Amino acid sequence: MTSLPLLSLIVFTPWAGAALLASLRRASPIIVRTVSLVFSLSTLALGLVVLAGFDAARTSPQFVEQQAWISTLNVHYHLGLDGLSLVLVLLTGIVTPTALLASWRVRRSPRLFGALFLFLQGAALGVFLALDFFHWFLFWELSLVPAFFLIKLWGGAGASRAAYQFVIYTIGGSAFMLLGFAALYVATGTLDFIQLAQLGADGTIGQKLAALGGWWPTAVFLGVLLGLAVKVPLFPFHTWLPPAYAEAPTGTSMFLTGVMSKMGVYGFLRILWPLFPASLHAAAPALLWLALGGVVLGAFAAMRQIDLKRMIAYSSINHLSYCLLALFAVSAATGRAGATNEAATAALSGTILHIFNHGLSAAALFCCVGVLESRAGGRRGLNDFGGVRTAAPIFAGLCGISMFSSLGLPGLNGFVGEFLIFRGVFGLTPWAAAVACLGLLATALFLMTFWQRVFHGPTGGAATGFKDLSALEIATLAPTIALIFVLGVWPQLIAGLINPLVTAWAGHLALP
Amino acid sequence: MLELGAFLRLMTLPVHLLWLIAALPLLAAGIGALTPRRGRALAAGVAIAAMALSFLLSCAALATALAQPAAHLVHNFAWFDLGLGPLRLGWLLDPLTAFMCVMVTLVGLLIFVFSVGYMHADANSTRFFCFMSVFAAAMLGVLIANSLLLLFVCWELVGLASYLLIGFWFHKPAAAAAAKKAFITTRIGDLGLLLGMLWLYDSTGTLLFFDAGNGVLEAGALGALTAQTTIGGLAVSTAIGLLVFCGAIGKSGQFPLHVWLPDAMEGPTPVSALIHAATMVAAGVFLVARVYPLMAADQALAHVPIHALTVVAFIGAITALMGAMIAVAQNDIKRVLAFSTVSQLGYMMLALGVGSWVAAIFHLLTHAFFKALLFLGAGSVIHAAHHEQDIRRLGGLRGPMRTTFATFAIGMMALSGVPFLFSGFWSKEAILHAAHAWNGSSLPLFAGLAAVVLTAFYMTRLVAEVFFGAPRSEAAGHAHESPPTMTIPLIGLAVGAVLLGFLGTPAYPWLQARLLGETEVHGHSLLEGGGLMMLSIVLVALGIGAGWAIYWRRLRATATALDPLERATPRTFAALAARLGFDELYAATVGRLSNATAALADALDRHVWDGAIRFLARLGEFTGVVSRETDEDMLNGGFDAGSESLRGTGKLYSRAQTGETHGYLRVIAIGFVLLVLIVMMGGGQ
Amino acid sequence: MNLSPLHLCLLFSSALFCIGLIGALCRSNTILVLLGVELMLNAANLNFIAFWRFGPAPSAETGVIFVLFSIAVAAAEAAVGLALVISIYRHQQNIRLQEANRLKG
Repeated sequence: MTSLPLLSLIVFTPWAGAALLASLRRASPIIVRTVSLVFSLSTLALGLVVLAGFDAARTSPQFVEQQAWISTLNVHYHLGLDGLSLVLVLLTGIVTPTALLASWRVRRSPRLFGALFLFLQGAALGVFLALDFFHWFLFWELSLVPAFFLIKLWGGAGASRAAYQFVIYTIGGSAFMLLGFAALYVATGTLDFIQLAQLGADGTIGQKLAALGGWWPTAVFLGVLLGLAVKVPLFPFHTWLPPAYAEAPTGTSMFLTGVMSKMGVYGFLRILWPLFPASLHAAAPALLWLALGGVVLGAFAAMRQIDLKRMIAYSSINHLSYCLLALFAVSAATGRAGATNEAATAALSGTILHIFNHGLSAAALFCCVGVLESRAGGRRGLNDFGGVRTAAPIFAGLCGISMFSSLGLPGLNGFVGEFLIFRGVFGLTPWAAAVACLGLLATALFLMTFWQRVFHGPTGGAATGFKDLSALEIATLAPTIALIFVLGVWPQLIAGLINPLVTAWAGHLALP
Repeated sequence: MLELGAFLRLMTLPVHLLWLIAALPLLAAGIGALTPRRGRALAAGVAIAAMALSFLLSCAALATALAQPAAHLVHNFAWFDLGLGPLRLGWLLDPLTAFMCVMVTLVGLLIFVFSVGYMHADANSTRFFCFMSVFAAAMLGVLIANSLLLLFVCWELVGLASYLLIGFWFHKPAAAAAAKKAFITTRIGDLGLLLGMLWLYDSTGTLLFFDAGNGVLEAGALGALTAQTTIGGLAVSTAIGLLVFCGAIGKSGQFPLHVWLPDAMEGPTPVSALIHAATMVAAGVFLVARVYPLMAADQALAHVPIHALTVVAFIGAITALMGAMIAVAQNDIKRVLAFSTVSQLGYMMLALGVGSWVAAIFHLLTHAFFKALLFLGAGSVIHAAHHEQDIRRLGGLRGPMRTTFATFAIGMMALSGVPFLFSGFWSKEAILHAAHAWNGSSLPLFAGLAAVVLTAFYMTRLVAEVFFGAPRSEAAGHAHESPPTMTIPLIGLAVGAVLLGFLGTPAYPWLQARLLGETEVHGHSLLEGGGLMMLSIVLVALGIGAGWAIYWRRLRATATALDPLERATPRTFAALAARLGFDELYAATVGRLSNATAALADALDRHVWDGAIRFLARLGEFTGVVSRETDEDMLNGGFDAGSESLRGTGKLYSRAQTGETHGYLRVIAIGFVLLVLIVMMGGGQ
Repeated sequence: MNLSPLHLCLLFSSALFCIGLIGALCRSNTILVLLGVELMLNAANLNFIAFWRFGPAPSAETGVIFVLFSIAVAAAEAAVGLALVISIYRHQQNIRLQEANRLKG
């Protein structure tokens, strides 16, 4: 074990990179891009270092860094990492360089683009590693700033509106969460997640909030729920997502779906569930319906989209709803006779695996749509293409693999998480799993339609003169595609990191 | 048989190496995927070599399995850690697996060899062999899986491979649409299988078939499953069995999910052969046979609303009859065969349903050979006739294509069930006997018998239209025999289509006995139950006779002449030709429903959810407007007026600033004079 | 009329001042305006001398010193004025004062 503050390094190296880029006034674009890429790769490198020293059998946070920060408020600088955080750090480490490579050809001010991207990366990593609400929330909100500019300045025609909608909606949700935590602080006097989780587990939080007034526990829970639900997004708080994903430039869309949407699910697992187990248990039956709504209606709405990016965006809603479905099913089943630990473990493992797998496959899909868009001069309609597979077999192959991964084809990574989620949800709430199957079917329908219209049939539309992938583009997609295969056959790579953690979580099923 | 057995005993394949059977074609697929387009010889060679090796391994596996036919040799291993224990998968070797593997690898090998000739001119033949190898590998994976999960994984990969191969000529919109249809339709069934699998996993905690007494197909788990009841009074095992059967319905093209199968003809003909004979559709029958203990577990229960196998039997019967009826009115050579496949698969399901899974597997094995033979024969015809598939425009091919004709005729007779010499007869007999012996209902038997007549009839029609008379198109007129790479597999399959029947005659039912795990074969005289056999022989004769009378005696003169049946009953014929309108029915119901749901979801998003948000935004905006108005009119107003008047004054004064020195000087002078005057006026005081 | 020397001096300087004032007001040539200003200044200097010479305390040298300062300042002022004139000339190619109005507020 090293004495280096590894986690701080993970969080702040991208920020250092952003600062460096900001000072490189006269550097040529190639240098700027290389610097961005190298700094974004630091996360993966440091993540692997952490992985080497990581003890998967421990369920408490590791590599902890804790310093008193604002002593009057009892705020600590507190970073720590468990299996869940590690999975997300690795995901960020993979998705960000891929997204930067996919944005390699960004013409307009690559220096600012790179700096904003690295800033965004650092903020996301901060969210995944912070264990104190104070700076967790700082990172959480700071991530919006670069995302806003990345959408607005490099996005498409409607980018400005989409960016405002995205930021205002998300901040609106977060405001309630902030209020909730303010109340929580007043009640408990701490903002530390570990302490709060202990207080949550034995019901102290509920009691202390109730001491403030009868409706406080509900209000605080709802506030935090709203903040996280908008971020994920949970149906029906998802309407900001399709325009934001669709209008953002390719690289940003990849990061948004690959990493930022995972921040919300992370928040559910790290904050909402441990801190408010009783409230979540009470609300879960209703929330299950919302998650099901996301699964089914998200997939069906995707069938209706003409804009390919919007289609993939809706499919993201569908996939993220699977994750929430599993969590809500576990929470709803807490303490119920017949709810087994096996099912709960499967559902929770599935959630985390699916977070990772969806991050990979959705990023790859967005990257592919980006390729289509760049080749077709900005057009990305379902009917703008035809027979791309004839013109660009390699591209079609890679895109097909990401599509089948998103569709949950066994042998590719997407299946493992989905199977575990379905296995768990079926064990806990069979009818919900049966209804969610409709989402699987609709996913197959719209992805197949996408594939048929764009890649099959006679070559026509924007596919005329379509060039196959360049070496750079292949290099962008290849690592992700390779991981899609590897994790499909060998999910132990990820499952091994989270298994003890998830088992411990499932062990806490019985409510106080 | 004894010599064969002795030869096989020389070879053994330990069960933990069973995966090699599936891995070799997969490896070939990997090599094929990385081979550039011009390396077609390499890709084809590797694929064929891998299949040949797999075939040898399968023979070794068969020898191993037959050495102890009653045992289920398993090798289980952990896939990944889940909760407190690992999620386990495994390989399984028993006679069922072994026989199927041998059939798949042998038929697959012959189809691969045929493809070398058939796909000779196609620019993408490396990709073709890659996908074919994936297809074979996935199917072999289904066969050797000892876990429903692993089976499901390979099952879905079979679906993927079929998707890729049906859509192999993806530049044709029809092929692309057919591929999508196949994938989606089978996926509907697969969701049932998925749910059944989840239920099974949840109830028993494992998905291994055999696991030293803890597997789902072993007595302990089955007892627990039959003991519980669920919705509608069904035993849990019944419900799970029916859900699993949904998967088989989709994959095996059973009513009501048979619609994809005829469309799958859009793929290259070897693909059709592989799908219809050895791999995909066989997977459904195999699945039911594999989980047969589960399907049959509720047979002992008296007070259940329905037994799982009863449903299987009726679905099979409906499919058998319906497929045969539709086949009568098809004009595309491959579609006739496709509906005949639907019908034959119905037979197999019927056999499964009435309790004789060995008869189903026997028919599956024989059918694999003669159906592959028929499809490859059709491929040979199509290849020779420059991709002319319409039987009305073919004709007279008997002369130029002797080998193809001879082998096709053998296939036709095997499929029709021409007695004694042909394998189809024996396997169909086994099924009809089982249906006869079933005490559930006699309807399946009647449906099966009716289908016997129809099968003989439409096959006679097909042969008469394609091979007899005069060529009715230029393409058919120029046809000549296909190259040896195509005819040799035909001959090989024809030999199989004849000989295979003798493995399971009632006199010496060796195959059935081995499948049931018996080491002793108990034959009985053919005369036992000879009445039914006589009846079916009569029915076959009737069918062929009718076909002969209608099509052979008076051969079609021109390509445009009406079909005799069409002349007789135009409406029925049209309905059958339109496949009884299932496609239209589904488009009008399921298709429209899913589109409506999509439209609803989209509209909800655009108007309701987004509308709510827009309303909130408007509310915020409204507050903003109100506060702005207050500010501007009431607070800012006074301040603005004050500053406006100040500005006016300033403006007024600034007029004096002309910038002209003289003006200033004048003012100074006047001021000076005035000052002087004032001083002088007041000077006196 | 019985005029004292002081009166005469004052009358003369008044005349001088008036000539200077009229010159400064009426000429458009900047140099001539400067000349007029110079004249008015000299009229004032004359007054200083006159009041010193014919005043109550001619022994104190205040008047002379004032005038000396005034002349020195006038010389400096003339130098600055001429420099401005040259600058104006460079800008507008003439030295007409009416046209030099760009500083207007």
